[in-house]
Amino acid sequence: MIETAAVAIVIAIALTLIRALLGPTLYDRVLAVNSLGTKVVIFIGFLGFVLGRPDWLDIAVLYALINFVSTIAILKFFRYRSFQVPLHRRPVPKVTAGQGGDDV
Amino acid sequence: MIGYAGADLAIALINVLLLGLLFVVGVAIARMRSLFAIVMLSGIYSLISATWFVALDAVDVAFTEAAVGAGISTALLLGAMLLTARTAKPETRAMRIVPILVVIATGAMLVYATIDLPAFGDPDSPANTYVGTDYLERTPEEIAVPNIVTAVLASYRGFDTLGETGVVFTAALAVILLLGFGERSLAATFNRKKDKN
Repeated sequence: MIETAAVAIVIAIALTLIRALLGPTLYDRVLAVNSLGTKVVIFIGFLGFVLGRPDWLDIAVLYALINFVSTIAILKFFRYRSFQVPLHRRPVPKVTAGQGGDDV
Repeated sequence: MIGYAGADLAIALINVLLLGLLFVVGVAIARMRSLFAIVMLSGIYSLISATWFVALDAVDVAFTEAAVGAGISTALLLGAMLLTARTAKPETRAMRIVPILVVIATGAMLVYATIDLPAFGDPDSPANTYVGTDYLERTPEEIAVPNIVTAVLASYRGFDTLGETGVVFTAALAVILLLGFGERSLAATFNRKKDKN
């Protein structure tokens, strides 16, 4: 039972990894990294249960937070081509943003 | 503290599968040409290795790996990607062969080094014979922190940790100055756009 669950999670990780490897556009890869982070959260929760250490759930929640923030950071980077653009004069790129692919 | 009988086998299985995934990601990073995909894959590499560290019961190391590897360094690499050139030099034969030789030599040295390691949980190993037992005995009464690693890092070696924090802070400051967050990176973006047009 435990082995089945562990292997299932690892297979899910492998599937998102395949998407990250193939993923033709930028957003496929960002989404793959994000959902892989979610799989890691699940995996840590699962492992905490199996090894009898429920306090690992706190760590799993912290991973979810990091995952969220880093995804936002990556997407913001591709929207504005920079980190920390001042709020009052953000230039909106005309054509380049949102096209995906690797033309950065 | 193993809760179930099947846990040992499951952990062994997980270790093998996760290391296999790490191998796949590593080969893909070496083969790919798209910089953005490589940055994303290095984030994935950090996440999977953090998972593996958790499976090995090194939760603190895993957390550092996830926060630094998947979080900060992905952002820093993206910032560096903005500053780098978009063209690559043509590959020569030496560029293909020398790195694999270096990797094989390093791997062989590491495997050779593991031969000298004491067995897992060996009571006579250096970690369990010298000052380690002293810390284990004295931490509950001297520091009264449940986690002994924390007690050693933050109290017994407090000055050492303070120095390390200073070094890490200086390094982060230098990286931020080099990458030029804020106004300067904005200027670089505009200049790049002008060059394109």
